[in-house]
Amino acid sequence: MSALLKVTDVHIAYGKVEAVRGVSLDVADNEIVTIIGANGAGKTTLLNAIMGVLPLRGRTTFAGIDMAPLDIEDRVATGLSLVPEHRELFGTMNVEDNLELGAFRIAKAVAATSLERVYTLFPRLKERRKQLAGTLSGGEQQMLAMGRALMGAPKLLMLDEPSLGLAPIIVADIFRIVGELRAAGVSVLLVEQNAQAALQIADRAYVMELGEFVLSGTAKDIAANKGVAASYLGFQHEGESAI
Amino acid sequence: MNTTIMLFLLQDGITNGAIYALLGLALVLVFAVTRVILIPQGEFVTYGALSYAMLATGQVPGTARLAVAMGLVAFALDLFFARKALHARLVIRSVALNIVFPTALLGLVYALVSPHTPIAVNIALALLIVAAIGLFLYRIAFQPIAHTSVLVLLIASVGCHLALQGLGLVFFGAEGLRGPALSNAAVTAGPLRFTGQSLAVYGLTVGFIVALWLFFGYTKTGKALRATAVNRLGARLVGIRTTLSGQIAFLLASVIGAISGILIVPITTLYYDTGFLIGLKGFIAAIIGGLVSYPLTAVAAIVVGIVEAFSSFYASNFKEVIVFTLILPVLVLRSLAAPQVEEEKD
Repeated sequence: MSALLKVTDVHIAYGKVEAVRGVSLDVADNEIVTIIGANGAGKTTLLNAIMGVLPLRGRTTFAGIDMAPLDIEDRVATGLSLVPEHRELFGTMNVEDNLELGAFRIAKAVAATSLERVYTLFPRLKERRKQLAGTLSGGEQQMLAMGRALMGAPKLLMLDEPSLGLAPIIVADIFRIVGELRAAGVSVLLVEQNAQAALQIADRAYVMELGEFVLSGTAKDIAANKGVAASYLGFQHEGESAI
Repeated sequence: MNTTIMLFLLQDGITNGAIYALLGLALVLVFAVTRVILIPQGEFVTYGALSYAMLATGQVPGTARLAVAMGLVAFALDLFFARKALHARLVIRSVALNIVFPTALLGLVYALVSPHTPIAVNIALALLIVAAIGLFLYRIAFQPIAHTSVLVLLIASVGCHLALQGLGLVFFGAEGLRGPALSNAAVTAGPLRFTGQSLAVYGLTVGFIVALWLFFGYTKTGKALRATAVNRLGARLVGIRTTLSGQIAFLLASVIGAISGILIVPITTLYYDTGFLIGLKGFIAAIIGGLVSYPLTAVAAIVVGIVEAFSSFYASNFKEVIVFTLILPVLVLRSLAAPQVEEEKD
């Protein structure tokens, strides 16, 4: 099986400072892949560059298409979608309008089924569908951002720190839903600081440090790795909730 | 003063205020979507009004030729910016919009122009000409610098205003023009006499506000424009082209400007540079609305119109001074009330 997303030897620079140096990764169909690493390792930068928000040097292909000449809007049309760290919702518009705009490029009939699917996945959004996005709680905003991205029927969903600033019970909910996406045929590339939770649902993982991948493998192997446990999983034992 | 005079002044003020409201709404719309403070809004007014007036006398206005020239430049820009990823669909779309549309329009103007052309046809032609100019103005002057700061966009905006005003002098000459009234009917109610023209002003203003409300509230394109205004990155991430949003915003603004012009030109003589002052009053209303609030802008525009009417009665020499002084307390209040915010760039 060929890779859905293939990133080869990518460099990303802010001015003269290289934030990401020679990174390669791939995500296959129906796979959940996570990138874990400390704050400032370059994870968000990498996702933004794959989406086209930032320029990169190197090669990225998605579903066999070279991404280099495409801008953000064209990349969305190929089935690539990003839920950004700051969610970037339309705060003064209501939940339903936000979701509807998520299907901006999709035919109306298809969008109606997507909307039902999103409401099944996130019943909370259905309850709040007439509420303004800016007045939602942090967890609901994260759900809305994910729902909006799913409305575009993406093949690959890139999630940037979905657990950031959320209560543990909501985090568990979000991660459960991310796990369910696979059943719906959506691959996931997940960037997380909450390494323990991410490793539990992922198939494979990359560990990022100072702009480079220092380790990669199956999520199980990475979770069992002593260095990773010490650096990213803290002193927590299995079964303890991650905060 | 007696009640009759007061009523006359109020009527006058509301008629002018309705026009300022249209222009103010267009300014808010353009700023929200593109962050451009649209100084050339006044030129859309003049171009619409004077193109209509010239068409009514059976002449071909220079604006029709300007649209063709701007279309050529826009086409060249399209090709240049897409040179790395040219495909047939893009070229065909660009040729259709930038070359075929304005050329066909010019042809249509030459074919239809005569002193006996029906008013409705002349209005439609004038609107189409100005719409094309508005669209190409965004493509040429603002789209290439859409990601820069508000200040850079403002400077470009002032440049466009000066260029279009100069061209206006070339096209229409230094003499003022008047256009034929839309209707000569009149209704009398008590001491007040409503001409068909002023009724058309009210009707179109209310109609436009309702249409804009429906467009932004209930259509996919309208919602996409709002989304662009609220969060540009968010809009791009769902696949909304912010360049297209900008073009639609400019298209709407230019049509609104041209309609305002066509509504005023039978009432007052317009010169090539009159539009600027009219646009500026819409701008005051937009500023009072904080460049974000449509209802506040509309209300402020009516107030501006009424203040103008009363000050031209009591102190006509200071009419403009009084109107523009309105903006000072608002600016002071706003800068005291609102904390300093860092400007968004994308």
